[in-house]
Amino acid sequence: MSNTDFALAIEDLTVSFDGFKAVDDLNLYVDKDELRVVIGPNGAGKTTLLDLICGKTKSTSGSIKFKNTELTKLSEHEIVHAGVGRKFQTPSIYENLSVYENLEVSYPKGRGVLGSLMFVLTDEIDARIKEIANDVFLGDFLEMESALLSHGQKQWLEIGMLLIQDPELLMLDEPVAGMSVNEREQTAELLNRICTGRSVLVIEHDMDFVAKIAHKVTVLHQGKILAEGDMQTVQNDPDVIEVYLGH
Amino acid sequence: MNFVYERMLGGKNGAKGIIILALLILVILPLTLDLFRLNLVGKYLTYAFAAVSLVLLWGYGGILSLGQGIFFGLGGYCMAMFLKLEASDPIATKIQSTPGIPDFMDWNQLTELPWFWEPFNSFGLTILAVLVIPTLFALIIGFSMFKRRVGGVYFAIITQIIALILTVLIVGQQGYTGGINGITDLKTIHGWDIRDDSSKYILYFINAFLLFGVIFLSRFILTSKFGRLLLAMKDKEDRVRFSGYDVSNFKIFIFCVSAMISAIGGAMFTLQVGFMSPSFVGIVPSIEMVIFAAVGGRMSLIGVVYGTLLVSFGKTIFSETFPELWLFLMGALFIAVVMFFPNGIAGVWEKYNKKVFGFIAGVPLINKIVSFISGIPFIAKAKAKALVNKKTTPKLETPNE
Repeated sequence: MSNTDFALAIEDLTVSFDGFKAVDDLNLYVDKDELRVVIGPNGAGKTTLLDLICGKTKSTSGSIKFKNTELTKLSEHEIVHAGVGRKFQTPSIYENLSVYENLEVSYPKGRGVLGSLMFVLTDEIDARIKEIANDVFLGDFLEMESALLSHGQKQWLEIGMLLIQDPELLMLDEPVAGMSVNEREQTAELLNRICTGRSVLVIEHDMDFVAKIAHKVTVLHQGKILAEGDMQTVQNDPDVIEVYLGH
Repeated sequence: MNFVYERMLGGKNGAKGIIILALLILVILPLTLDLFRLNLVGKYLTYAFAAVSLVLLWGYGGILSLGQGIFFGLGGYCMAMFLKLEASDPIATKIQSTPGIPDFMDWNQLTELPWFWEPFNSFGLTILAVLVIPTLFALIIGFSMFKRRVGGVYFAIITQIIALILTVLIVGQQGYTGGINGITDLKTIHGWDIRDDSSKYILYFINAFLLFGVIFLSRFILTSKFGRLLLAMKDKEDRVRFSGYDVSNFKIFIFCVSAMISAIGGAMFTLQVGFMSPSFVGIVPSIEMVIFAAVGGRMSLIGVVYGTLLVSFGKTIFSETFPELWLFLMGALFIAVVMFFPNGIAGVWEKYNKKVFGFIAGVPLINKIVSFISGIPFIAKAKAKALVNKKTTPKLETPNE
């Protein structure tokens, strides 16, 4: 496959589970500085798509290139090292650690066995942890055991744990699920703030939220792309209305 | 110095625990117990190595190994092989048909020393073997399991089976291993008789210091980023993996460290008890080690030492009077701890120590000792720094929404 100018280039990607094609011959291109939202009905293959990109699921055929590096042959941690960060659908944070420790553990230094034994928390890293905590609205909760955070705050913390690694591709699976209206607004503002200098791929169901953040929207249906374009175009697409948005 | 205080002793609470334990093991017990009982404590303390190793592996890493006896036994056997060779010099064994080889080999019609016994003629190589062989074995097991992402209950079962296989192997190959009786009649290291009263004291203290060394090493590991990663992996392994860590390497490492620690305990066991047998390798001793850790508190390096001592003493006392009942009692103890005190003795201590200390602090002599210790320059410095840190860390606030 040829190299492209896109940050993320997915071509002819297929994954088949016992003959069922969850993602079927998919082509998707995401630019740098772009915030792309993927929507679609349940079972459309949205989460599977993220699983494929971050290496959790291995593809059956096709190619995923990130900055012209082939990801399908790398292991999970190598994909992270290549600059890809992924938030899971249910907030995955370390509940037995404090907010501060959650961010410290995610800091991209001391990633080997020996490196982590010799890891020293410098003032620079300390400052970075506090900066990120402020970015994700958790500056006042650094010492709190993260199990005690609200659901929305847990979502933010996980986003913070990704941001501290400064990934060039950030993938968020339903970042506002379980959030209050206020929290949703704050998250929209956060996402608009962090999408410069990187590409962001978001899966979301809440159409109001999508309208606030999306540069471009991709609609998946049965593992294939049903429509792609800006919010307006997609919302008025008769196929999309038929299978997803409803009349 | 601050590094030693914070990272090896574990800050104020850790240092307090270490000092109390050191007083007990190094001063109180040797002064109050007769040699027979002290030697018994020394034997129990060798099990504490395995219990400490389980704090790293199980308490923090969340990896339950039901086969720590494998490594305890391997370490013990390495040491026993050296001692046996020294005890089997040609003069002492001149009535055998092949003088100069261990007696059990002669009984099994072996006429020369097997090749893998040769290195154990050297004490230096033996020490190396005690440390390296169990670690390498753990590396092989760990690599083949963790790289394939075998974990949880499967890991526990497989380690248990390996412990069983090893026992069967040792019992079956009695010409090479001494069989079910193990390796017995151990006497000297380079002529130094390990059965003397004075040697028993020396070995007790070597064992105690090694145990503290191992606790310091473990504390260093647990207070590093590695320690926090272990806790993180125990909770959300996938999150760690997708944060750019090769999770299997971390598990393999901690498994190897825990194997090495258990092996040191095994070697010290052989030295203090004077023999090694398959009954310290198999499933039962391995599960006992898990019970020691559970009763002591699997998250506490100090707690498990108390857990080991208490359960072992209990075993000695009860198994003498009610041999049939003991196993049931042990099982009940394990269930009770898991159900009511998931953090074991250490957890109970954490809950009530303020009351106890409040009472003790009222005693004038103790007060003087405490103020003397906090007067030692590096401790005072670290204390002052800890106070400053406490002030600068942000205060908790309740969420505003």
